[in-house]
Amino acid sequence: MEHTDFKTEELIQSRKARKFNLWLGMIGMFMMFAALSSGFIVYTASGVDKGIKTLLPDTFVYSTAVIVLSSLTLHLAYRAVKHESLDRQKLFLLLTLALGIVFFFLQVQAWSVLTGRGIYFINNNASQSFIYIFTGLHLAHILAGLIVLVRCLLGALKPIPYVDNQFRMNLATIFWHFLDLLWIYIYVFLLLNQ
Amino acid sequence: MSSTVISHGAAHHDAHDHHHETFLTKYIFSQDHKMIAKQFLITGIVMAVFAMLLSILFRIQLAWPEEDFPILEVFLGKWAEGGRIKPDFFLSLVTIHGTMMVFFVLTAGLSGTFSNLLIPYQLGARDMASPLMNMLSYWFFFAACVIMVASFFVESGPAAAGWTIYPPLSAVPTAIAGSGLGMTLWLVSMTLFIASQVLGGVNYISTVLNMRTKGMDLWKMPLTIWAFFLTAIVGLLSFPVLVSAVVLLFFDRTVGTSFYLSDLVVQGQILPNEGGSPILFQHLFWFLGHPEVYIVVMPALGLTSEVISTNSRKPIFGYHAMVYSLVGITVLSFIVWGHHMFVTGMNPFLGGVFMITTLIIAVPSAVKAFNYIATLWRGNIRFTPAMMFAIGMVSFFVSGGLTGLYLGNAALDINLHDTYFVVAHFHLVMGSASIFGMLCGVYHWYPKMFGRMMDTKLGYLHFWLTFVGAYLVFFPMHFMGIDGVPRRYYTFTAFPFMDKWISVNMLITWAAIIAGLAQVAFLWNFFSSIWRGKRAPQNPWNANTLEWTTPVEHIHGNWPGEIPTVYRWPYDYSKPGHDTDFIPQHIPFSETMSSNLPHDFEGNEEAIRIQNEWNKQNNREVIEG
Repeated sequence: MEHTDFKTEELIQSRKARKFNLWLGMIGMFMMFAALSSGFIVYTASGVDKGIKTLLPDTFVYSTAVIVLSSLTLHLAYRAVKHESLDRQKLFLLLTLALGIVFFFLQVQAWSVLTGRGIYFINNNASQSFIYIFTGLHLAHILAGLIVLVRCLLGALKPIPYVDNQFRMNLATIFWHFLDLLWIYIYVFLLLNQ
Repeated sequence: MSSTVISHGAAHHDAHDHHHETFLTKYIFSQDHKMIAKQFLITGIVMAVFAMLLSILFRIQLAWPEEDFPILEVFLGKWAEGGRIKPDFFLSLVTIHGTMMVFFVLTAGLSGTFSNLLIPYQLGARDMASPLMNMLSYWFFFAACVIMVASFFVESGPAAAGWTIYPPLSAVPTAIAGSGLGMTLWLVSMTLFIASQVLGGVNYISTVLNMRTKGMDLWKMPLTIWAFFLTAIVGLLSFPVLVSAVVLLFFDRTVGTSFYLSDLVVQGQILPNEGGSPILFQHLFWFLGHPEVYIVVMPALGLTSEVISTNSRKPIFGYHAMVYSLVGITVLSFIVWGHHMFVTGMNPFLGGVFMITTLIIAVPSAVKAFNYIATLWRGNIRFTPAMMFAIGMVSFFVSGGLTGLYLGNAALDINLHDTYFVVAHFHLVMGSASIFGMLCGVYHWYPKMFGRMMDTKLGYLHFWLTFVGAYLVFFPMHFMGIDGVPRRYYTFTAFPFMDKWISVNMLITWAAIIAGLAQVAFLWNFFSSIWRGKRAPQNPWNANTLEWTTPVEHIHGNWPGEIPTVYRWPYDYSKPGHDTDFIPQHIPFSETMSSNLPHDFEGNEEAIRIQNEWNKQNNREVIEG
């Protein structure tokens, strides 16, 4: 929420602080996935019958490509804001949103590939259940990210004042890149354990 | 930042405010840190009273296991049929008492109240980094409280697996009544609570690092702020881990995954779950759970530091040591969780590692205890109610902390694990100590919160009854524990070796009832003083920190004009050469020429030169440059 009655200096300070909030929030989110990772390692080490015991679906390769691409388009959208080009910003934001949604569906698609192989969430080898937990919780964050992007798009359509638009886009970009990196971390972690 | 801009901003600020503030935005969905602090405090107090009543209920069962109290049936219905509390409900009482006290009272009620109140005030900020997140933090907490209380109104009763909700008991809904809907509500409530804590904690850290006023460098911050800051860091790193644990538990309960479950037969039925590990939950839980006890005690330590220094009229002894010991506790808190799990079949080598890290925590803790005592030493002590509670806090911290050395030893813990010794230990060191820290904060900052003073005599009555009561309740439990009496047992008469302890249980229960009644003195004092207390002066305790430079009447933005600049640390009490026994942080050295010391100038040669000129003119010793 903006406090429009703050003076410039205090506004800058408060913006800086809120951007910092986002970084802290991302640390918190990362801790959650770190805990799951260590849980996975401890669980998987508990017996030879544990572990992923399958190759991760190729769909993950496509979804990784899609989310990396979406980071790129969002970067371009943010550059457009800096160059005060509202049309390009809208275009690239829409593209990012579309790619985000595609990513979402690809992840769900990967689940159906897994279930097709008989690897279900309800599983006596919980290492395999962990795949669903990792991807599912990440998707929950992607949903939040999509809401953030929609809010940016609404801001650009209205359009809100330039500095607000830029600040909003700045935060959204950081968050989306974080989600991108988080997925790459999860994917690499799972690949190393497959 | 130029001060004229701030001043302009604040004036501007006020003018706008009065236009669009309704009852709803001022008292309910407030984004003002002072109002949110009061919301946290009052919700915390309500939860504390509720949780205390629960403890009185199970204490009655422990003291008189064979007697009927028909009045209980009037209030509790089928949970106390014939006037005797049922075993299932007994377990629920213990569980919810622990959960509410640890999380709702001593985490949200303590950190939430005082971080919100004091971080912007003592750092010289107009509000938190994100007032919206701050408001959300309170409302998530409130929703968590409502859901937890609501679990008393479901047929199967509230959660009953203990506040640590170990699976498989908590993970199998059919295991006991309390593992049904009550447990689900517990998990929902806790998830909301974690969201609240993360939102709040992020804000506290960010405000401390970004919103300090001019001159307020980290080493000029009051110890309260250091404590809240480090507490928030601990919370931010540990609470998300509990989310992971809870998510896995949730799926084990609802859809039938096997993260924690394996080889179970419940009521003659073989469960399909295979391969899970209940120990995994304990690791995840205690990775939060142990830092959590420091989340509970560190704000109390911070508040106590401030109150003891102010009321001893002396600088806090070893300011830097106090900060470093807090940092030490923060770091160590993350590498000791295994000491809760010595009896899980842990590798003895690993147990040894956890034992060493645990015992090392005694060092920073002892530093704090000795520094408090050294601060009191030859001070000009003012025994205000806040000061009494602060000293009481130190007393509990020491007597409860010492037994931590026993429990931290794996060899001794195997014997003492899950006995009343543990109950005695943590109720003294984190329960009583933190509650006393919190009450000390309430008495001390009440004038800042409500603009009125609390009654001193009622404060003393409250203190002595609570202090003596708490020791009478928890001290005898050590002996029960050494004798091997396990915690959470429902009837002492059912086991011949525990029979002899019933007389002690009666003493404990009477002490608990009297200490519980003593809280009426506090509640009356607290709520009636809001309207009828003596009007507070601006700086009732002659303290140095910035919150006492704000007007008594709360205004949005805290300071009517520009935010004061800070020139000195917050502990310039009884500085030789000065005419009063305190020098607030915003007084520049140029106004205190008669009391300045060489180290005040931190090597600033120009300032030393000016001081020396003044010293020569006034026949004072010249400072060595």
